[in-house]
Amino acid sequence: MASHAQPVTDSTTTRPVQFKIWRGDASGGAFEQYTARVTGGMVVLDCIHQVQAEQVPDLACRWNCKAGKCGSCSAEINGKPALMCMTRMDTLPTDQPVTVEPLRAFPSIRDLVTDVSWNYEVKKKITPFTPRKPDRPDGTWTMYQEDIERTQEFRKCIECFLCQDVCHVLRDHHKHDEFIGPRFLVNIAALEMHPLDVADRIADLKDRDGIGYCNIGKCCTKVCPESITITDNAIIPLKERVVDEFYDPITRLLRIFRSK
Amino acid sequence: MPLPQAPGFLETRRIDRWWIQPTLVFLGFGAFIVYSTWAALQGSNYFTGGPTHPGAQQLLSPFYSPVLWDATGLHSGHAWIGQQPAWWPTWLLFSPALFILPFPGLFRFTCYYYRGAYYKAFWGDPSSCGVGEPSFRGTRYRGEQKFPLLLQNAHRYALYIAILFIGILSYDAWVSLWSVDAEGVKHFGISVGSLVLALNVILLGGYTFGCHCFRHIIGGRQDCFSCHKHQHAAWKRVSWLNTRHMLFAWLSLFWVGFSDVYVRLCSMGIWTDWRIVG
Repeated sequence: MASHAQPVTDSTTTRPVQFKIWRGDASGGAFEQYTARVTGGMVVLDCIHQVQAEQVPDLACRWNCKAGKCGSCSAEINGKPALMCMTRMDTLPTDQPVTVEPLRAFPSIRDLVTDVSWNYEVKKKITPFTPRKPDRPDGTWTMYQEDIERTQEFRKCIECFLCQDVCHVLRDHHKHDEFIGPRFLVNIAALEMHPLDVADRIADLKDRDGIGYCNIGKCCTKVCPESITITDNAIIPLKERVVDEFYDPITRLLRIFRSK
Repeated sequence: MPLPQAPGFLETRRIDRWWIQPTLVFLGFGAFIVYSTWAALQGSNYFTGGPTHPGAQQLLSPFYSPVLWDATGLHSGHAWIGQQPAWWPTWLLFSPALFILPFPGLFRFTCYYYRGAYYKAFWGDPSSCGVGEPSFRGTRYRGEQKFPLLLQNAHRYALYIAILFIGILSYDAWVSLWSVDAEGVKHFGISVGSLVLALNVILLGGYTFGCHCFRHIIGGRQDCFSCHKHQHAAWKRVSWLNTRHMLFAWLSLFWVGFSDVYVRLCSMGIWTDWRIVG
């Protein structure tokens, strides 16, 4: 008989695994313990669905694609922000209950569901894509692969908001009014680095969007299910553009001479 | 917005050994800071060879390079100006390293990799991802948005100086290939110390030229890579180093410290700088 401390890898046998699932709403809540029957190949979302179907039909849980592409089933599993549909049970130790709780950086609605609408409000404030005049009379532009490949990485984002959840500026310091979070810094990087875009978002980045609050912990990069190199490829290059514009006297001086 | 209460200091539901990495970083940086401070304050045993040690390979500790003034009574053969200046107050400790170490120290202190690492390891901001912070910071957190950490934005100026140091240390590695006999005649030779100093330059170069600032300045600031093909090519090469920035940060940190240990122990006569060629 396999030890319960071992991950569940066998697809032919079933084994009970303890779960501690957070139940409650904005007024408060607590962890409640449930047992799921787990076989190899199952993911955490399967277990949540099983508990919901067989034990607590009123357990609230947001999900959609179950393929790691819709970004709906974000949660904290054993304290780590992750997609429930992409967290295989065979990666988790089962000698102690698996904890599943909602994202901590956003208000709770109920059980595992949080209100992430703040993110949509933030996005509305970002200056949208503003292309230069078309290169040709038919309204088209000439694009080369080397111009676009850097920002293609940023377009993989599925808006699961795991990066927002793990970012301590939002999670621990609750700076939602002063900092837009890694997801939207990636969004701005995709726009700012786009060769056709002519809008300037650097002043907003410095002041309204609070890019300086990021202290480069790289937690956002670590939790990204799309493996976007958020810190090194988006946030730090944007920080450097802010330095160009506001904190580097030599660059500012050169810009004055070039503009004359 | 009614948000869940922030967890207390070090509070987390993570069950992995998240504390190992910040602890190792704390010990690694801490050991380097203690050793480099001690070594910088010694003001002696920072070179081999030179006029006072004829026949030995001319090794100079990277902690002391470039030597502006030699300490009183020492003739390294590397001093740019001469002996300890007469105007230096007698009550103030003199060491050639005190004029040098602040510059590479500033480069590392403001480095994007180190910032992320020491914010975690030294002031728990946060100690690890998903781990609670000290409660006194709370909503008073300022990050790098405001003074004093706003000054981290001066990193590129530390980079410019660090690049100058790569040139100086490369020259030191070249000089280490020569020894001077009692008659003042130079002889070519390669010793273990020459290799130590050469590897030091390579690792420091890998670290310095993989810097996020350098990546931005060399080409990352451009949006249209097809319009700036040379900058794009340079950016791609620097990006290769940049993805290994943490690796080079640690390797170069360890090796620059070891280079000082090597030169120091050879200078003290405890180790012998074995000659491989010449």
